[in-house]
Amino acid sequence: MDFKNGKELLGLCSEHGVPISEIMLRREIAETENKREDILMRLKVSLEIMDRSTKSSIQDPIRSIGGLIGGEAKKVMESDKKLCGPLLTKAIAYSQSVLEVNATMGLIVAAPTAGSSGVVPGALFALAEENAMDEDAMLHALLNAGAVGYLFMRNASVAGAEGGCQAEVGAASAMAASAVTEMLGGTAEECLNSAAFAISNILGLVCDPIAGLVESPCQSRNAIGVTNAYTAAQLSLAGITHPVPFDEMVDSMLAVGKSLPMELRETALGGCACTPTGCDLACRIFG
Amino acid sequence: MEFISIFDVIGPNMIGPSSSHTAGAASMALLARKIFKPSVPAFVRFTLYGSFAKTYKGHGTDKALLGGIMGFSPDDERIRDSFRIAEETGFRYEFTVDEKTETEHANTADIFMDDGNGYTFQVRGVSVGGGKIKLTKFNDIDVDFTGEYSALIVRQIDRPGVAAHITKCLAEANVNIAFMDLFREDKGETAYTVIQSDEAIPEYVVKEIAQFDKIENVKLVQI
Repeated sequence: MDFKNGKELLGLCSEHGVPISEIMLRREIAETENKREDILMRLKVSLEIMDRSTKSSIQDPIRSIGGLIGGEAKKVMESDKKLCGPLLTKAIAYSQSVLEVNATMGLIVAAPTAGSSGVVPGALFALAEENAMDEDAMLHALLNAGAVGYLFMRNASVAGAEGGCQAEVGAASAMAASAVTEMLGGTAEECLNSAAFAISNILGLVCDPIAGLVESPCQSRNAIGVTNAYTAAQLSLAGITHPVPFDEMVDSMLAVGKSLPMELRETALGGCACTPTGCDLACRIFG
Repeated sequence: MEFISIFDVIGPNMIGPSSSHTAGAASMALLARKIFKPSVPAFVRFTLYGSFAKTYKGHGTDKALLGGIMGFSPDDERIRDSFRIAEETGFRYEFTVDEKTETEHANTADIFMDDGNGYTFQVRGVSVGGGKIKLTKFNDIDVDFTGEYSALIVRQIDRPGVAAHITKCLAEANVNIAFMDLFREDKGETAYTVIQSDEAIPEYVVKEIAQFDKIENVKLVQI
């Protein structure tokens, strides 16, 4: 039941006549010898943590340890200028909340990393709530996202230090795009097509945290992550096919990551981090 | 290739902000506490190296280390308040920052534990990324220990027959050995045997293994 790439995953989906989420669940059962109910129960715990972390900073904002962020989720949610409409506004606010919880030493689910932890829950919870989808749909969405994330971990990397932000928020965005596609009834092919759009849209994004902290620009990059996930899923669900298949996009992300200079891979020596303001902020935080 | 579970992708569940600098720090200190058992640390000194030394404040590495040594897991929300909790419970600790000493890994900390009754033990913890950690030193001896499996840590004098005694005890208890490693500094001196198993190791094995004059100490670390 194991699969090494997107092509094999699609083969299994077609062979068994089930969506990506079900293949991922069967793989987990087969490889870990854990029961279906136990795996789903553990995923429910993850889902509950995600649920809390998407809301708590909207209700009760706290300033981050480094002081660079805090209160953004609440501002987005309460702004009377809702350019993006209710769904995307909520998804952005939720993603911001998770990063605020993370930056204040609160409890989050890395998905796949702490720095990109707002994308998957932001995209999934906003969609589920706006469309009255149940917990079962959410659990399957997490399994679907997990399948895509696993392929990034297996065949590329999800570490900013290795692949830049494209490996973190990029992978998270592809995971969310695929999950959202399954939630809206898309086929397995459409899911991976969404993921291919998502990663290709964000290819090359650098990891340049100010003062080396998981605060800024990480937080707003998570907003881009959910926006990109919805955009990619919308393209795919409308019947548009990315010319490059998902597996080749994963390889391409890894190749681009390797060609990024060290300064742009989480070292805080390039990009936003090494602007005059970024350097000043780092000095102020670390004295 | 190592199996990647859904919970490696959607997870770990952790206290932020950083899997390597916060969750990993809590994990290594928690593992140090487990190895120190049955003693309980009364005083702990943390020495931070590399990236831990430079950026620990912004990542709450100090709170996570302190929380871990007090028994909090990386997803325990008490980590945020670990300084206050240490003060309330009278737990003594010290942080030292060493930016000069070069270490093999960027995210490294030494954890010195003292039970207040004359027993001390020091481990070196390394956070290798994604919240995963390993211990690379027990006192002065180089080891490689992740704590992902149930393990026996045997401190012994490096003499013939010790390994045979240990494996005989384990075979009689029907424990399947997944990995067995011997770490030593010099021939004939103190050495550590680390046995890791997929299944739980029964407690009585500890006593049986300890009944050998070249064996100084046996510790059981259950996952």
